[in-house]
Amino acid sequence: MMCIVLSMSLGQTFLGLLESGPRHGYDLKRTYDDRFGNARPLHYGQVYATLSRLLKDGLVELDGVEPGEGPERKRYAITSAGVTDVGRWLGTPEKPEPYLQNTLYTKIVLAVLTGRPAADLLDVQRAEHLRLMRELTRRKAEGDLAEQLICDHALFHLEADLRWLELTSARLDDLAARVRS
Amino acid sequence: MTGSPLLVAADLHKSYGPTPALEGASLAVWAGEVVAIMGPSGSGKSTLLHCLAGIVVPDSGQVRYDGRELSGMPDAARSALRRTRFGFVFQFGQLVPELTCVENVALPLRLERVPRREAERRAAQWLDRLEVGDVAGKRPGEVSGGQGQRVAVARALVTTPQVVFADEPTGALDSLNGERVMRLLTAAARETGAAVVLVTHEPRVAGYSDREVVVRDGRTRDLERTW
Amino acid sequence: MVSEVLLGARFAVAGGRDGWTRTLFTAVGVGVGVALLLLAASVPGALQSREQRGQARAGFHAGDVLPAGPGTVLIASVVTTFRDQEVYGNLVRAEGPDAPVPPGLVALPRAGEAVVSPALRDLLDSPEGPLFAPRLGGARVTGVIGDEGLLGPGELAFYLGSDTLGSGRAVRLDRFGEPQPAHEPFGPMLTLLIVIIFVVLLLPITVFIGAAVRFGGERRDRRLAALRLIGADRRMTRRIATGETAVAALLGLAAGGLLFLAGRALVPLVTLWDISLYAGDVRPWPPLVVAIALAVPALAVVVNLAALRGVAVEPLGVTRRGVPPRRRIWWRLLLPATGLALLAPMAGGGGVAAAPAEYQAAAGTVLVLVGAVALLPWLIDLLVRRLGAGPVGWQLAVRRLQLDSATSARLVGGIAVAVAGTIGLQMLFAAVENRSRTAGDDVTRAQAIVRTFGRTDLPESLARLRGTPGVAGAVGTYEIAAALPRGGPDRLQLLVGDCAELAAFADLGRCADGDTFLVRSAESGSVTASQLRPGGRVALGDDGRPWTVPTGARRVPARAQGPVAPRDAILATPGALDPGTLPERETATFVRFVPGDPDALERVRSTVLAADPLAQVAALTPVRESNRFASIRRGLYLGIVVTLLLIASSMLVGVLEQLRERRRLLAMLVALGTPRRSLGLSVLWQTVLPVLVGLVLAVGFGLGLGVVLLRIAVVRVTISWAAVGWSAGLGAAAVLLTTALSLPALWRLTRPDGLRTE
Repeated sequence: MMCIVLSMSLGQTFLGLLESGPRHGYDLKRTYDDRFGNARPLHYGQVYATLSRLLKDGLVELDGVEPGEGPERKRYAITSAGVTDVGRWLGTPEKPEPYLQNTLYTKIVLAVLTGRPAADLLDVQRAEHLRLMRELTRRKAEGDLAEQLICDHALFHLEADLRWLELTSARLDDLAARVRS
Repeated sequence: MTGSPLLVAADLHKSYGPTPALEGASLAVWAGEVVAIMGPSGSGKSTLLHCLAGIVVPDSGQVRYDGRELSGMPDAARSALRRTRFGFVFQFGQLVPELTCVENVALPLRLERVPRREAERRAAQWLDRLEVGDVAGKRPGEVSGGQGQRVAVARALVTTPQVVFADEPTGALDSLNGERVMRLLTAAARETGAAVVLVTHEPRVAGYSDREVVVRDGRTRDLERTW
Repeated sequence: MVSEVLLGARFAVAGGRDGWTRTLFTAVGVGVGVALLLLAASVPGALQSREQRGQARAGFHAGDVLPAGPGTVLIASVVTTFRDQEVYGNLVRAEGPDAPVPPGLVALPRAGEAVVSPALRDLLDSPEGPLFAPRLGGARVTGVIGDEGLLGPGELAFYLGSDTLGSGRAVRLDRFGEPQPAHEPFGPMLTLLIVIIFVVLLLPITVFIGAAVRFGGERRDRRLAALRLIGADRRMTRRIATGETAVAALLGLAAGGLLFLAGRALVPLVTLWDISLYAGDVRPWPPLVVAIALAVPALAVVVNLAALRGVAVEPLGVTRRGVPPRRRIWWRLLLPATGLALLAPMAGGGGVAAAPAEYQAAAGTVLVLVGAVALLPWLIDLLVRRLGAGPVGWQLAVRRLQLDSATSARLVGGIAVAVAGTIGLQMLFAAVENRSRTAGDDVTRAQAIVRTFGRTDLPESLARLRGTPGVAGAVGTYEIAAALPRGGPDRLQLLVGDCAELAAFADLGRCADGDTFLVRSAESGSVTASQLRPGGRVALGDDGRPWTVPTGARRVPARAQGPVAPRDAILATPGALDPGTLPERETATFVRFVPGDPDALERVRSTVLAADPLAQVAALTPVRESNRFASIRRGLYLGIVVTLLLIASSMLVGVLEQLRERRRLLAMLVALGTPRRSLGLSVLWQTVLPVLVGLVLAVGFGLGLGVVLLRIAVVRVTISWAAVGWSAGLGAAAVLLTTALSLPALWRLTRPDGLRTE
């Protein structure tokens, strides 16, 4: 599941990292691994497949090719279409569900890196979470005991997410200082 | 959310001594809706609620209830408004320890000069409705926290107010009792058509609301803002 | 165990700012009470040192008449009064070089010299000085009487030197002071009064001290709860509380001592009951000091432990024990019943005769009053339990009292004792006062009487008086009692004077020197007068010297408008009876004043004394009210007001504490829309209800006590409703004051800020 999420957002993550300036594919992998990879570094194949997809969609362009061989000599830069794409992605709340934190975390770090208002991102996300919690609360009120128990399970997990969102928004300043250093 | 709102707060500022509590908070409440006010502790949630309810007069900004400006009213008029149109549920320490539960619930009616017998009859009905009819004759010190909080809800609703202000109503309760209080509060409010302004930091409690407003550093966040 | 007490002691002084203020508060409260106790303990000693100085300077000689010698002095009292204050005046004449000197003097004044008290010196230096100065006969003030020669700093006294004083009108002394102090104890009635006054004033002070010990007590209890949480058991907390209270009480003792010393310095400035005292006189009796020093901390600890009994100090907080234990009635009734049983036998009319009876009466009174205190909580409970619901303010107050009436009952007990005692004492005073009030003088004829002894200068004296500013008229004659030789005790007066003087007493018709008149008033029933005939014989004066009424004596009617009411008398002109041959040569001069001149009396006193230091001037007054009782009554009211203020202040502290503790609740009630008026009323009712019960009880007990005291004093029982009204009114005023003073705090605490969580 985590891999799926990753593949869905890896392109936007690269775009976000490229917003601060053109980079080599190798740099991108290194930075990504440092910030988001935890103990699981990206494969080179994944990196270049994603970059070529972005290139094809016109979201990045080649900034220049250094002399020598191999794909690692190419430098990529983000296009204005790419910047718009990152903004749209960051502004769209994730569908509330368990184990979101990796995507959310990535988004927050990128928002901080690219100078976008991370607090708004969190608010939009918590509004989305609450919308779902309201619906579950309503279903719970109308449903039988089994339904109530199932809804409660989901509610408690969503609440945990929401608490994490609260906590993160309280620590945004710390995070920005850490990320930008 | 159609028509004009029942209660509107615009650009409220309020400081307690040198400490600012509200720095530009705005909010509208429509009749019959449940609004959750959320935010970290110290963000000004309670102060916002106190301003909305006319308990505290903001340093600047306006609070309008039903077309009337609250901050311009004399204290007696605001008290009368709170007595007749508003209901209150707080986290704790809200029941008068010397009075029995039914006397506590009857208190707002008694303040409105409803005869004692009639007031206590209506109070007893509300206690039944909130499933605490059996503690009517006991003193608050002799009932459990959840029961006490439901007694408080009964007191908030006994005057069939237009707005119920609830400040962390489940703050001192475990989740099961908290849910029960919220279920009974929102259900009764919807039945009587009262709006509920709910201050809470618990997402699951906020789940009982129709929409939420986040207060951070004394300001309300407008969640409709586009990117 | 000791370490826990010490721990508590440390809490008292090292509990942070909050702890300090609490301790300080208690210490000041206890201090005020202790200071008053010390003052009360000083009263007997102060009166005693006064009495001792009085004995030491007394010009008293018992036994054989002393012969004049080098070591003797002649001394005579100069009887005079300035305004309403009696003056201790003496005429002295040393008969030799070794003549004794009275205390406070360096040497006896010689003729033309005077030694005066500081108060008299101040009077002479004041603008009023000229009104008094002539009484010293123009003598030069050569010295000031030292403290050891005066009863108090405010006393007017002088020693005037003389070289003409003869032994006939003076006492010869070889030393000053009564050799054997004729110790006259207070009369039994006065002892009883003093004991009751002490009980009435001291019981409330004790109550006040008890209340002061609990200042801030609820917070202290909460700290004990925190100690329970970290593992202290109930006994330990009790010991810690004991240590803490003891420290506060000891600080209070120290504060009380300081307050007492400070207050003592002010004593010389006060004159009460015509008595002024030196600061040094106000010395508490040592055994009483020891008793106070031991009893006050003990009381403090006991009160605190008793209060802790009513609450459960648990690790998670302090809770009131659910339902307060039902109060038992029997022992509460036992106290006043025993008291009445002690008083009853004396109320039969036997009066207070012997010493044991005084103590019995005192003990009975104390028991009755203490019984009132004990009965009060039970009665308040009884009343409050039965009270129904009324308006919101009333309901809040009643319900609160139903849960806890003990605190207010304790304080109201103090008020009840003060009021009950006042009523009882006032009734007694009123009755005794009535009895001691004598019929007033008839001031329409004359306003003062001047008497001289052993002098023959009546015409000159009359001329001097008539020439004194403010005097409208004066009529004077020699005066001597006359009786039939073998008659009974019935006497009439023989007046010797010029025709002009005699004409004031009777319609003489013709009168020439040598005439004699017999006056018989219309309503006279005098046997002597009816049997007396011209030519008859009468016995004059104390030694019964015979005198024959001249045969030419005429009977004349008494004058209706004379200087005295019409009476039977023999009027003789100097030609008929030479006043120089009369044994006592006593004169009586009736003086009328110009209306509206307040200084006329003082000028007359001066005129008379300047010529004759041993003359006496008596002012006539229409109503002779016992000054002493009036001032005792004023003093008692003053004491009661101070006592009630103390109690009101501790009630105020109690109310304020309770309000602060409930600030959240109050703010919530205001949020609900409760008008502040309702909250104010609830505070008022909460104080009024117990006080009302207290006052009803106090009036009942006070009247009962008064009746019993009157019976003991064998005085007709009359109820003084004025005393009842005043005393109850003062009690009620204390409540209103408390409530009024607590309102600002209520207003402040009901501001919405109270809703903010700490």
